[in-house]
Amino acid sequence: MLTHCIGKRSSVVKNTVERGAVKKFAESIGDMHPIFVCEETGKQSRYKNNIAPPTFPRVFDYGTIEELNLPNKGLIHGEQTYHYERPLIVGEEIRCYSEVTNYYERKGKSGEMGFLLLKRYGEDLEGNLIFTEEQVVIITEAVRKGMFV
Amino acid sequence: MNKLADLQVGESLQDVTLTPVSRLDLIKYAGASGDYNPIHTIDEEAKKAGLPGIIAHGMWTMGNLAKLFTPYYEETFIQDYNIRFKGMVRLNDVITLNAILDKSDNKKMDFKVNATNQDGQEVIKGNVLLCKI
Repeated sequence: MLTHCIGKRSSVVKNTVERGAVKKFAESIGDMHPIFVCEETGKQSRYKNNIAPPTFPRVFDYGTIEELNLPNKGLIHGEQTYHYERPLIVGEEIRCYSEVTNYYERKGKSGEMGFLLLKRYGEDLEGNLIFTEEQVVIITEAVRKGMFV
Repeated sequence: MNKLADLQVGESLQDVTLTPVSRLDLIKYAGASGDYNPIHTIDEEAKKAGLPGIIAHGMWTMGNLAKLFTPYYEETFIQDYNIRFKGMVRLNDVITLNAILDKSDNKKMDFKVNATNQDGQEVIKGNVLLCKI
């Protein structure tokens, strides 16, 4: 049902690793470590700056994949993966985009389930990869039916 | 804080037990992450979705779990972080974060990680691969 979306990509959106957003995020996960929030600790560190927590890329805008129309309710987050080449530095600009890497359906306890694999990318302004984020989203039969009414 | 380099395969990092999950925790995470799915903050919406009540964002738990590794930022960074969401985290649940060293060499340290609730059930599980700097 979503197989036509496989391989489709969003356009690139420029994001900034904002100091205030990093602080707010660190607080929300109970990790107000000085390497995230204290400027002096950042300066003294090997990065010469503060860094962002590894799950911070949640806040970025990855653009819209035109063909992908998902309901905003009823989706189940099954798995989540991050890969980093290096930590994100506070203040830097990141090019972000997303891609549908796979979609398949499988019979489960609650009927036919859809499995959508989304991959998100974050690159520096020269196009060097900094991180990827992969997500498995499970779409239950009830939600799938609703999508086509 | 122990030196990470002294940790042997099969040994654990000091576990962390969070304060009971509150609605305010989830409202804060919704605001900080931009994930406003109402099943995490509004009772009626959670019930409409067939849930017993509001549940934590899976990413809230995953975000919390990563803090076991934050103190080692001068020696390592998280290269890979893989999580499977296993069970719901509900209001007032008491979550404990665990990491046990599974494999290690001179470049990488691979930890099995999980978060468990007050009944000892795994709510998320996966692994963290640290890259030594």
